[in-house]
Amino acid sequence: MKRQTIQVLITSLLAILGTAADEAMAAKTLVFCSEGSPEGFNPQFFSTGTTNDASSVPIYNRLVEFASGTTNVVPALAESWRESADGLSYTFKLRKGVKFHSNAKFIPTRDFNADDVLFSYYRMADPGHPFHRVTPGQTFAYFEDMGMDKIVAKLEKVDDYTVRFQLKHPEAPFVANLGMDFASILSAEYAEKMKAAGTPEVIDREPIGTGAFQFASYQKDAIIRYKAFDAYWNGRPKIDNLVYAITPDASVRYAKLKTGECHVMAFPKPADIVLMQTDPSITLLSQEGLNVGYIAFNVEKKPFDDKRVRQALNMAVDKQNILKTVYQGAGQAALNPIPPTLWSYNKKIKDYPYDVARAKELMAKAGYKDGIEVDLWYLPVTRPYNPDGKRMAELIQADWAKIGVKARLVTFEWGEYRKRSKGGEQPSMMFGWSGDNGDPDNFFIPLLGCEAVKGGGNVSRWCNKAFEELVQKAKIATKQAERAKYYEKAQEIVKEEAPWIPIAHSVRFTPVRKEVIGFKMDPTAHHYFSKVDLSK
Amino acid sequence: MLGFFLRRAGLVLPTFLGITLLVFSLIHLIPGNAVEALSGERGMDPTRYARLMHEFGLDQPLYLQYLQYLWKVLQGDLGRSITTHEPVLGEFLSLFPATLELSSCAMFLALVLGLPAGILAALKRNTLLDYSVMGVSLTGYSMPIFWWALLLILLFSVTLGWTPVSGRIDILFDLPPVTGLMLIDSLLSDEPGAFKSALSHLILPTIALGTIPLAVIARMTRSAMLEVLREDYVRTARAKGLSRMRVIGIHALRNALIPVITVIGLQVGTLLAGAILTETIFSWPGVGKWLVEAIHRRDYPVVQGGILLTASIVILVNLSVDILYGMINPRIRRSS
Repeated sequence: MKRQTIQVLITSLLAILGTAADEAMAAKTLVFCSEGSPEGFNPQFFSTGTTNDASSVPIYNRLVEFASGTTNVVPALAESWRESADGLSYTFKLRKGVKFHSNAKFIPTRDFNADDVLFSYYRMADPGHPFHRVTPGQTFAYFEDMGMDKIVAKLEKVDDYTVRFQLKHPEAPFVANLGMDFASILSAEYAEKMKAAGTPEVIDREPIGTGAFQFASYQKDAIIRYKAFDAYWNGRPKIDNLVYAITPDASVRYAKLKTGECHVMAFPKPADIVLMQTDPSITLLSQEGLNVGYIAFNVEKKPFDDKRVRQALNMAVDKQNILKTVYQGAGQAALNPIPPTLWSYNKKIKDYPYDVARAKELMAKAGYKDGIEVDLWYLPVTRPYNPDGKRMAELIQADWAKIGVKARLVTFEWGEYRKRSKGGEQPSMMFGWSGDNGDPDNFFIPLLGCEAVKGGGNVSRWCNKAFEELVQKAKIATKQAERAKYYEKAQEIVKEEAPWIPIAHSVRFTPVRKEVIGFKMDPTAHHYFSKVDLSK
Repeated sequence: MLGFFLRRAGLVLPTFLGITLLVFSLIHLIPGNAVEALSGERGMDPTRYARLMHEFGLDQPLYLQYLQYLWKVLQGDLGRSITTHEPVLGEFLSLFPATLELSSCAMFLALVLGLPAGILAALKRNTLLDYSVMGVSLTGYSMPIFWWALLLILLFSVTLGWTPVSGRIDILFDLPPVTGLMLIDSLLSDEPGAFKSALSHLILPTIALGTIPLAVIARMTRSAMLEVLREDYVRTARAKGLSRMRVIGIHALRNALIPVITVIGLQVGTLLAGAILTETIFSWPGVGKWLVEAIHRRDYPVVQGGILLTASIVILVNLSVDILYGMINPRIRRSS
């Protein structure tokens, strides 16, 4: 016995020392090195990107979705929709012939229809719904945070392939809300079947959706397996198997990518970016994040109450130098308060040129010919939109000195920094924002709206009537084209009035191996594999 | 012998109660509200709050709460995870085999290399061999696991390409868990190459986790051996004309092993603590990684249950070591 064991050990050790080449597979398997275990597989409960990547993205669909690589709303399980003239009702025509997945416990007998939409919605909205609390302790937090219960009066089934939402008040971002992860569509038939079997909570653990990939198996902290769904309504994926190798350490993820143990990795360490750029086996994809880093002038305080001073200080800053030194290339100069990936971004706007002479001239006109001293608050912490606040502050200090503006650099502990800025103590300060849905409203209102002066999010305390009117109109208008016009105009006002120096939109990176074809980065940081292929 | 066994087992009980008390207090010591911590919900309405408070028994006097907690623990009910809503005990049992496999292999490595190294160093005292063993073991002992693990990955996986980077088995193999021990499961399955793959995935984590126990055992064996070799009975045995091998193997080693066994028992704690880092780096789905994630997610029932179960295992292992100790050393079992 003993000798046998030793023999097995020795032979296997020898075998390993030889190259452990695996037999070529017929099936195409793509391995994604993800950063953590999902909290569960029902996206209605959770809001973290890790969980969405494992549930709503591969397994489910929504009535509407965002076009690949953008935040533009496109039809998905709904083929089309129409809003009423008063903006209070939305009628969705549902797609016919959409199949649900099957598993060992469930084989669907019918296609997707209005019952599934009603089930998925009322499960979240109605506390009396039989499935509202089947999984103990789980709440529909995102649904509540989005205020869906305050927006929607009711959802009704018009016929099998038509549903209508009645709203309590007009809400332009409503359709975009339905494209978010929590609004994924579950199978009502599966729920009924599991309820009849006495195990209703199974629907949250062994997910059935309409998405490109079927859930196959999950081993906590190790691996999630999906299989391509042959009957996927939007075309079967080109790969046959999708595997998430859960790898929490970013250095290990990179090592696995290098050795070919995975094809795509999530969230590289900034320090590894330079190495990845020169790695011949890796393509480093990048995309501007949905964020903005900026300097805000408190327009309630001198000398920033004068538009000419704000413009002059804009002209005095060498943005390209900041991008090179602070962002180390992982950023893009900001022109507007919103990043260029968002619809309604106004491309026609010209930034203030880096022009010391003109800036001096403007300062002189404003009556500060002999220079002035100001306070500049800088970020005490690293944020996604700003890797190094202190370094940026020092560069700006040097730039401003050239036009006679002596900046005193000030900072506080992060909690204190935010608290004091809410109170309006800052003369000028460094700040930023990361958006969490694809709507420009998510930037303009909380950062530059008049309400946000009171709330404290508007740290330049700039309340402009014309601007406010435009963004409020854009909130109620329901046509995207019409809303975009308002926002484009609003951006012109912001540029002219210059309450900020918009500095940069930071860039996110996703390294993929060379054999990966067609992977696109997504602005909301999801990882989509339904259109991805592998070359041999 | 039975008396000795009972006395030792009797000591375990107060230790276990102490741990339950500590773990029980955890929920009252952490900042914030106990109902919110246990349910994972924030800002609930007063009726739900009152109901949950009652459900968790938090509306009762503290000693009653403790007794109820203890009663539940004894029945194997450690509560449910806030994030997954699965029973804590079930999650632990499904993940523990992975930790057991890794820790056993690491301990095996530490013993197989550590004991001979220590003995050799003692026999060849003050030679180059002795200095190298002691130097290398001191280095190993001082090496931070996460850094050591990354170095191993860089050398053996990335540069040389000999071993896989992380995980338990190649993703090509989708083996049904039978025992939860991948080496055994892969042998049971008929998949060609599965065992080889499982073994190759085990090499680096085993080295990373086994290094510190290996160093400790080597150093301990050396000093224990040196002490024993100076004893009168060893000299007597040599004087009787016994062979050198026999004196070292039977007379010296057996006695030198006594303190070494204690150290081995204590290393179980080190292994389980080291498993937390090793499992995180090698994406090894075991108990250590589970606990770390629970802490990040403020999943208090899992933290409570995980600590209790891990501590219980350490207690049980040390109890077994004590008993083994008594079997080897009659002085201990008679005198205490």
